[in-house]
Amino acid sequence: MNITDFIKKIEEEFEDLQPNSLSPNDVLQEKFTWDSINALIFLAHVNVEYDVEITADELVKSITVKDLYDLVESKYKKAE
Amino acid sequence: MAIFQVPNIDIVGISACVPEAEFNNSNYDWITEKERETLIKTIGVQKKRHAKKGTTTADLCNIAADKLINDLNWNRSEIDILIFVSQSRDYIIPATAGLLQEKLSLSKTCIAFDISLGCSGFVYGLSVIGSMMSTGKIKKGLLLTGDISTLNTSYKDKSAFPLFGDAGTATAIELKDDTQSMMFNLQTDGSGYDAIIISDGGIRNFADKDSSFEYHKISEGIFRNNFNIALDGIKVFNFSLREVKPNIIKLLQEYGLSTDDIDYFVFHQANKLMNETIRKQLKLDPDKVPSSLQDFGNTSSASIPLTIVTELCDKVKNSKFTFLLSGFGVGLSWGSVILKTENIICPELLIYKD
Repeated sequence: MNITDFIKKIEEEFEDLQPNSLSPNDVLQEKFTWDSINALIFLAHVNVEYDVEITADELVKSITVKDLYDLVESKYKKAE
Repeated sequence: MAIFQVPNIDIVGISACVPEAEFNNSNYDWITEKERETLIKTIGVQKKRHAKKGTTTADLCNIAADKLINDLNWNRSEIDILIFVSQSRDYIIPATAGLLQEKLSLSKTCIAFDISLGCSGFVYGLSVIGSMMSTGKIKKGLLLTGDISTLNTSYKDKSAFPLFGDAGTATAIELKDDTQSMMFNLQTDGSGYDAIIISDGGIRNFADKDSSFEYHKISEGIFRNNFNIALDGIKVFNFSLREVKPNIIKLLQEYGLSTDDIDYFVFHQANKLMNETIRKQLKLDPDKVPSSLQDFGNTSSASIPLTIVTELCDKVKNSKFTFLLSGFGVGLSWGSVILKTENIICPELLIYKD
């Protein structure tokens, strides 16, 4: 996996986001409603796409888009 | 591992009953309009039924069972087992199954008891009644499942209130020599007991006139007291995405089957995002996975039979099908069953005018 694809898929997943609107250093809270519902949508997305499970605590610690990517990537590698 | 078969058992009828009053989530004014739209789209619940205070799950099951017995032309004196699966009993004691035995004018030779399970309750209940009928050569039995969950859900809890609806169901079961065995895979993880919980009113936290009723702010948009259902959404979500697929795959493999051998997968109606994710994990065609969430929400142990009644009624009345039914949630408890039905009695959804 790579961060470009990762971002592209997130942009497709969330209606609030336009294509090419997210960059790795963007703060999640500033780009879209990072609430409990959208958190669940994100969990579902990475589960189907990367077969990865993320906890609520891990999600809260992710501030930027890159934080999220690093989190998913570390688990994805372990699973491989 | 609890993977096992129950032979000589046949589902011959399914019915369901819901209270008359409908709650439309578009009118859920505790949250903003934008939040409401996202919520309805994500959880997939537009409307659900709310029982009036005083109506019990047993009242709904009673209507469903009475209609089913009449449509089957069953002799009531031949029904020798009744199991009531619910987490919303009439009284703390006694068990509700006895009240239903009396209401339905069943014989005193009838076994009747309760099972306290929710989301997984229909599948678990079916395994218990099936096993008892199969080993005891009991000819006719009733499995009654459902819950009234809206009464103890806080309106000011956006994580729970929009989700739940009320329903009661009845499933009629007969002993038959020439039927294919039902195949079960049942599991439990009690370490997640607090993922869905009503903490007060039992013996651990006995009802207290002050602390049980006091409302707490849990987080933004979530206020409730200790008699209300508390739902840890992310915990339940992760559990379901982790456990349901392997449970189903193991069951299919054990009996040399694949998902292609199944006509319909009827899942506990948890919420749309969760059910859709599980469907995608298993790579199932949407046409094989019916849903009643849109109109009835999450109805706990009623959700599987309710979905068969509202979405597949015309089909199951006139044809043969292989089903895989799977329930998962509160407990944490989960399980799946593979079974066949042929021309079963399936009355239209019944409405309880409370």
